[in-house]
Amino acid sequence: MTIATIDAISGGLARGRGGGGPAPKRTVVAYGFWIFILSDIIMFSGLFAAYAVLAGNTAGGPTGRQLFDLRNVFIETMCLLVSSYTCGLGALSAERRQPARFLIFAALTFVLGAAFLFIEASEFAGMVERGAGPSRSGFLSSFFTLVGTHGVHVAGGLIWLIYLVAQVIVKGLRPAVLRRLLCWSLFWHALDIVWVGVFTLVYLMGDFR
Amino acid sequence: MDGPDRVYDDRTPGVEHEESTANFLSYTVGLGLAILATIASFVVSQTNLLWAPGIPVGLAVLAFAQIGVHLVFFLHLGSGPDHTNNILALAFGVLIVFLVITGSIWIIANLNANMMPMP
Repeated sequence: MTIATIDAISGGLARGRGGGGPAPKRTVVAYGFWIFILSDIIMFSGLFAAYAVLAGNTAGGPTGRQLFDLRNVFIETMCLLVSSYTCGLGALSAERRQPARFLIFAALTFVLGAAFLFIEASEFAGMVERGAGPSRSGFLSSFFTLVGTHGVHVAGGLIWLIYLVAQVIVKGLRPAVLRRLLCWSLFWHALDIVWVGVFTLVYLMGDFR
Repeated sequence: MDGPDRVYDDRTPGVEHEESTANFLSYTVGLGLAILATIASFVVSQTNLLWAPGIPVGLAVLAFAQIGVHLVFFLHLGSGPDHTNNILALAFGVLIVFLVITGSIWIIANLNANMMPMP
């Protein structure tokens, strides 16, 4: 089959493998953002490696088992997981051009993400108060860097969400806004994937009996 | 069904191409499986359900399973030919992540083993 006949079948729409011209802008944008997410995960892998190497270097200070409260971690995990779910449903409503449902799901996602950040911030504050700040030991330096970087990403995602909701309200669900929403939902799902690594490596492996 | 004449689209990462009911269902099934994996991880780490030296392996398996659930049900990555670009990029990312993490642990463990005893 020649490219000409592929073109005839597809009516000029983009096909895979480069036949028939460039892919739709939506696919190109999301693919580019997918590459960014993978590079972001590679950056996290450096922080994970640092934590894995330094986790035992407590310099006589408190260990993970003394510091971590797994009940809080479980609540944090559920907040982020359910927010990933509501984010997906919000993206679905946006695709179907249902702005009211989108705004409800966006609000739910924001509240759950903010709850996650609040629990994490109070955990950090409690640790610093007990003299277990990032300067105490190599273990705590790498802990605050890894978990803190993830928290900064979540905070950035929440600010980005406010900005996108404003765009949906002002501009409506037009294609350019939908593309930005798609990128944001990819980002939010990726943060949840990174969190799976964090709660497994940092909290659970640091604390099992 | 898929003869040599079938033409494949490039798939957009994060977008499900099935009809809308399958979409909602896929997120809900994904949420259920992810919650199961999370609860299993916490239970395994806090009880004697697994043989103690096997717990890290069990936790790693559950984490990889949950990441797989997220990729398939939330990010809608599949194994079809129209996913080749997305999967190849992911595979390269996973390769680099694997090299960085296992390489660091390996090298530093080796350095630690060869350290002079501290005074």
